[in-house]
Order: sequence, then structure tokens, then C-alpha cells
Amino acid sequence: MAETAAHEAHAHPPGFAHQFEDFEQQREAGTLGMWVFLVTEILFFGGMFASYIIYRSLHYPAFEIGSHLLEVKFGALNTAVLICSSLTMAMAIHSAQVGKSKSTIISYLILTMILGALFLAFKFTFEWHRDYVEHIVPGFGFMFRPEWGHNAPQVEMFMCFYFFMTGLHAIHMIVGLGLLTVLTTMTAKGRFSSEYYAPLEISGLYWHFVDIVWIFLFPLLYLIGGRY
Amino acid sequence: MSGHVVVPVRIYVSVFLALMALTALTTGVAYIDLGRWNTVAALAIAVTKMLLVVLFFMHVKYATGLTRVIIIAGFFWLGIMIALSLSDELTRNWEIVPGPWGTGAIMPFLSRFF
Repeated sequence: MAETAAHEAHAHPPGFAHQFEDFEQQREAGTLGMWVFLVTEILFFGGMFASYIIYRSLHYPAFEIGSHLLEVKFGALNTAVLICSSLTMAMAIHSAQVGKSKSTIISYLILTMILGALFLAFKFTFEWHRDYVEHIVPGFGFMFRPEWGHNAPQVEMFMCFYFFMTGLHAIHMIVGLGLLTVLTTMTAKGRFSSEYYAPLEISGLYWHFVDIVWIFLFPLLYLIGGRY
Repeated sequence: MSGHVVVPVRIYVSVFLALMALTALTTGVAYIDLGRWNTVAALAIAVTKMLLVVLFFMHVKYATGLTRVIIIAGFFWLGIMIALSLSDELTRNWEIVPGPWGTGAIMPFLSRFF
């Protein structure tokens, strides 16, 4: 009875889980846990990168033809959009850390969502839709072109890599947009303070990770073999 | 509050500008014929960009040793996965016979044994 009373008297600040010594330890545990998850993501995407490297080494000419089917300008544009969204995400966390107002944090989060949505919109309209129209989507009326010669089947394989890798990346972007929606709601409800902002920090790690995946996809898919 | 590091906005903006500049650089380099060095340049720039994002945007520069060990272990195992897969693929004397889906390179090789 005395123990319960003592526990009740010892009130926790908002967002503090009582198994931790202090906010510092809680933050470290959260960051570490998120990184363990991100390591599994590194190896998850790594399987695709490994198979890409192997097949590229086996069928280089076909992969070069395939790469030239993609528009560098849209790849570069989307890289820039994602880098901007990483900056706004970092700024949202920074605003929470230094105790800026809810509206500042929410503005940065919404800006990040707009940029993320813009990335997906460019991807769907300028790239995937155009690929569909040009019959270079494997499984959806893929058509061999005579100029590919005997490389044609492997060009189709390159396009498979392209759609699976960018598709998996796009799914991660959509999940990220979901996370940002939740974060915006939590911020609006006043759940964060300069002491407790772990969900922002951890979702930020995820968002930046997805950015890094694209940082590798852009040169590997769009720029291989050069454009000269 | 030792680990409660607030990275100055100035650093975020510098990293952002560096990332944008490197994106322009990697795109530009792709239009210059450097032979096999094109791939090396593209990957070197991508790794530099990754390090900038990981160290500053993801605060790993200010993280604890335990977190860093986990991250390094992740990349180490990624290296093992890629290196061992390649060591198998690149040391086989396969004859590459392009064919329709499902046959490709592997079936002519396997058919020698069945």
C-alpha cells in the first residue's frame, strides 16, 4: 500500500517510461532499437543490391541499354526533392529540441510530407506512367525493340530490377508519409516537448534511411555506363 | 544531458548544400567518358552523400559507441553478403547464353549435368 502511494507520488513527466533512469537513457535505448531495425532494412535492400551487382556484372551491355531507357532529369529532380525533404525533417526535429512552437514543428512536418508526396507524384506520372505507355514495364505488355538485338531479355531483366527496387523504395516512402501523418497529429495534441520528442527523432531516422536508399538507386539505375 | 545534442541549423544547411552539389556533380560526371572510372566516381559520390546523411542528419556523429557498433556491424554483414555472392558468381566459368525468361544463363549450365 505504501509502495503504491509512493509510486503515485513519484509522477512521471509526459512521455517518460518509468523503466528508464532518465530521459537520456530512454533516448539512447530508442535510438539503438531503431538502428537495429534499420540494419535489418540495410540487409533487406542489400539483397536486391547484391543481385543487381551480380547481374550487372554478367549482362553489362543489356544493363547499359536499360539504363538509357530512364530519364536522368527525372531521377536527378527526385533526388533533389528527397534531399530537401530530409532537410525539412531534420529541421522539424531541431524545432522540437529547442522548444519551438507546435505550429513551427507542424509546418516542417507538412513540408516534408508535401515533398515526399511530390517525389511519388513525379515517379508515378513522369516515369512509371510513361514507361507503361512505352511498353517497357515487364509483365504489362513489355515489347522488345529491334535495336536491342540479343540483349533484349536482359534489358527486360534490368527493367524488373528497376521496378522492384524503385517500387520497394516507393512503398517505404508511403509508410514514411503515414508516419509523418501520425507525428503531425501527435504534435498538434501537444505530446512533444524539448525533453520528449523520441517519435520525431526515430521517424526521422527512418525518413533519412529511405533517402539514403535513393541516393544509391539514382546512380546505379540512371547513371550506369554514363550518358555520353 | 550529455547526449542531448542539438545540431546547429548552420550545419544542417551546409550538409544540405553539400548534398545538392554532390547530386549535380554525380549527374554531370555521368556525361563525361571516364571509362570504368565512371562507376567508381558514381559510387564514391554516393558513399560520400550517405556518410553526410548518416553522420549529421541521423546524428550518428553524436551517437553512443553502442549505436555505432550496431551500424558498422550492419554494413559489415552487407559487405559479407555482396562479397561472398560475387566470389561465387565471378569464379565460375559460365557461358552466358541469352535466352527467354527462365532459361537465361543458368539452365544451359545445369543441363550439362542432367
